[in-house]
Amino acid sequence: MVKLRINGVEQSFDGDPDTPLLWFVRDELGLNGTKYGCGVGLCGACTVHLDGVAVRGCLTTVAEAAGKSVTTIEGLSPDGSHRVQIAWRELNVPQCGFCQSGQIMQAAAMLEANPNPTDQEILEGMQGNVCRCGCYQRIVSAVRHASTGA
Amino acid sequence: MLHHIEKTLSPRPLPSGGTGRTVIENVSRRGFLAGAAGFAVALQVFPADAYVAYKHGGLTMPNGVVDDPHVFVAIAPDGTVTIVAHRSEMGTGSRTSIPMVIADEMEADWGRVKIVQAVGDEKKYGNQDTDGSRSLRHHIQPARDIGAAVRHMLEQAAAAKWNADPDDVEAIGHEVVHKSLGLRAGYGELAEAAMALPTPPRDRLRYKDEKAFRYIGKGAVQIVDLHDITTGKAVYGADVALPGMLFAVVARPPVVGGTVKSVDASAALKVPGVVRVEQIPGTPLGSKFKPLGGVAVLARNTWAALKGRDALKIAWDDGPHAGFDTVAYEKELRASAAAPGNPVRDQGDPEKALAGAARVFVREYYQKHMVHAPMEPPVALANVADGKCEVWGPLQSPYGARLDIADYLGMKEEDVTVHVTLLGGGFGRKSKCDFAIEAAYLSKLAGTPVRVQWTRDDDIRHSYHHTTSVERIEIGLDKDNRPVAWRHRSAAPSFLSTFAPDEGVQHPIEVGMGLEDMPYEIPNVRAEQCKAMAHTRVGWFRSVSNIPRAFAVQSITAELADELGRDQKDFLLEMIGSPRKLDWQAMGLAQPMWNNGEPAEEFPFDTGRLRGVVELAAAKAGWGRQLPKGEGLGIAVHRSFVSYIATAVRVTLGADGTVRVPEVHVAIDCGFVANPERVRSQMQGACVFAMTAAMHGGVNFENGAVQESNFHDYRMVRSDNFPEVVHAHIVPHPFAVHATGVGEPAVPPFLPALTNAIANAGGKRIRDLPIGDQTKA
Repeated sequence: MVKLRINGVEQSFDGDPDTPLLWFVRDELGLNGTKYGCGVGLCGACTVHLDGVAVRGCLTTVAEAAGKSVTTIEGLSPDGSHRVQIAWRELNVPQCGFCQSGQIMQAAAMLEANPNPTDQEILEGMQGNVCRCGCYQRIVSAVRHASTGA
Repeated sequence: MLHHIEKTLSPRPLPSGGTGRTVIENVSRRGFLAGAAGFAVALQVFPADAYVAYKHGGLTMPNGVVDDPHVFVAIAPDGTVTIVAHRSEMGTGSRTSIPMVIADEMEADWGRVKIVQAVGDEKKYGNQDTDGSRSLRHHIQPARDIGAAVRHMLEQAAAAKWNADPDDVEAIGHEVVHKSLGLRAGYGELAEAAMALPTPPRDRLRYKDEKAFRYIGKGAVQIVDLHDITTGKAVYGADVALPGMLFAVVARPPVVGGTVKSVDASAALKVPGVVRVEQIPGTPLGSKFKPLGGVAVLARNTWAALKGRDALKIAWDDGPHAGFDTVAYEKELRASAAAPGNPVRDQGDPEKALAGAARVFVREYYQKHMVHAPMEPPVALANVADGKCEVWGPLQSPYGARLDIADYLGMKEEDVTVHVTLLGGGFGRKSKCDFAIEAAYLSKLAGTPVRVQWTRDDDIRHSYHHTTSVERIEIGLDKDNRPVAWRHRSAAPSFLSTFAPDEGVQHPIEVGMGLEDMPYEIPNVRAEQCKAMAHTRVGWFRSVSNIPRAFAVQSITAELADELGRDQKDFLLEMIGSPRKLDWQAMGLAQPMWNNGEPAEEFPFDTGRLRGVVELAAAKAGWGRQLPKGEGLGIAVHRSFVSYIATAVRVTLGADGTVRVPEVHVAIDCGFVANPERVRSQMQGACVFAMTAAMHGGVNFENGAVQESNFHDYRMVRSDNFPEVVHAHIVPHPFAVHATGVGEPAVPPFLPALTNAIANAGGKRIRDLPIGDQTKA
């Protein structure tokens, strides 16, 4: 039995402790904002926060999250008012939207660790998150906007 | 796309000259206009005459266009307007933009509009096949028809309520007002009476003046799913669940047409959570969207299903395509393109002109098979129970899927319901509903709801691939170096092979994408298609055959300009020649150009507009200026999906050969624009998509099987190296200049603009895609 906190709520899991967090939050908890894109940590669609640090939900097992606090896109803010979410809307970032939970979670964790990243730090910090629609120009602008208001 | 193909499997499609509309009653327009003479309101509405002549290809699509307001609009007593989105949303914004057009034309307050997604039902909604960059092109006018009809009905209802002359009332801003009497009634108050009225005949409709548009053309309306997307609440294919649902993954034959020789599922069945293992019958090439077959593992959760699949022991019979090899096939294509093929265009006497030319400039361009790789891999949920089948999935053609599922399960169309979720990208992959058929088949076998999840590996290995091609072009020059002859040979396996026994011949749609409609003003032109047999499932991919065609035509143009010491942009304009409307007969075609299914009269190929975007992109990019060493500017133009786009790409070439793209200028002439903000986002995204295609796009087959499997070896452009600033310059047009495609046409010109820029920066001339490490050699 593994115990962990998801979006502030205590959860327990008695299934295979090697189950990736991605499938735990989706299949068991119905938290569908975390997306499957590649399963091997190459696209970032499943990015969640583990004790505040961005991790790939497909590579992090439930066992590794035992006793820790996990935040998914649903828990980033109660009403979608995190500064990154606001910036995303103000700059009309998404096209299909599928990768955007992961992009937002990555950006939010990055800004938490480094509130004023340089352009180069933004490009590098976001490079693990693939957007096939190609919203990068706006993603980079939105991270900067969330960081500086510019 | 699909419907076009099915419609035209054998005969050549002919663009329609007719309206295709059901009878438009010409009741007393003169009388109506006379009656309307005293109609003096702020809205400035216009009679129908301006728009009834709006012919477009949507009218001749299967199941045509439905513009009955009762089908698309409902108004609740509280004034909430519900509008049906009948096209699939995969990122272009059409789920927002078409309802927005309806709302604007009916004078609804967008803040009080709700969108509901239609199920797949073309008999009710008209054509729903969302591809070919057709959504706004085919539905902007019908959306106005719907909106104008609702506005008319609301006005009629208010007039009846007040016992007033309908000409004295006006619907404006979500209410109807009677100016002289000072009466007002909200849309909610009038809804019941208004919506009980019959649909007014089209020639009773009056349309808003363009100057009165509140939302159309402004770019201020945000996509309806924006808040849900940014909070994780948006619903995609894998986000729908049913009680008792099993999670399935499928081991598919590594080679198309392969079958299961034997399977040992004992270890798989021991994995905790695995419930059952089922076989899906294999299919040969040419089976349309029937599943590839294989072995499915059904489990209580995704993780168990994946572990179960890993534990399967399967022996495959690889079937007739086990010898397919990318390296050998490239040689085959080159040999095919080196010999005469079947002519699809013969203008003047190209053979004689080539024979008599002072010199012949020859180049050959190659592209590999590619995979769409939408961020959301294929996924679908099905529930077959009590003689009915219900499906939820990210489907580009929900009605096509409904028919195909019914056919596969041996059910009646009316017993199958297909719900459309948001698509996490489509790019043509989700036009093919094999994954939804798998879910339906497995649900029928299991007697429970089943959701089939494709992994990324599945997606890369089992695609409907973008064609691979060799495009060989020969240009004959006279003694003064003037181009006098052009011969283009194209060898590429056709997507026809997915639908019918393969003859190695391209479909007229593929021929129509830059082969037959090459616009240069050269007196002698011959286009030929050369035989190429398919050995994988070939399917359309965003922009389709326009990609290799634009790459070849725009590359050789720049190469020849260099050869002749000419400026590439000036030479390109000279090749396009005079501003004119292309005439298929003068071009040596046996019948009118495919023209993306659009009537030539309303959507002519206008070389003046083609020249216009070249000049615009060049001017914005500062063409001709001196660039620092290691930088290069490239330009290319292509008309596809009836839109004209020129792209100017600036690259920097690092000392190690690394290509970077700091800036792109895209000039787009796509007629009237409903939502410029989404057009700009499509231009930006298309450049990224095209840069991936150019730099990395390409899968390799060995022993019949795709060798790549995930984003480590099927690479994507990422935020550490992408077209950093894309400026989209939209040529402004009034509504009368018909809206044309946006989702696809910016992809093709980017690739040759990029490779031209690389060459201009001092890098290698790229003729074989993907670029990969070629600039580093």
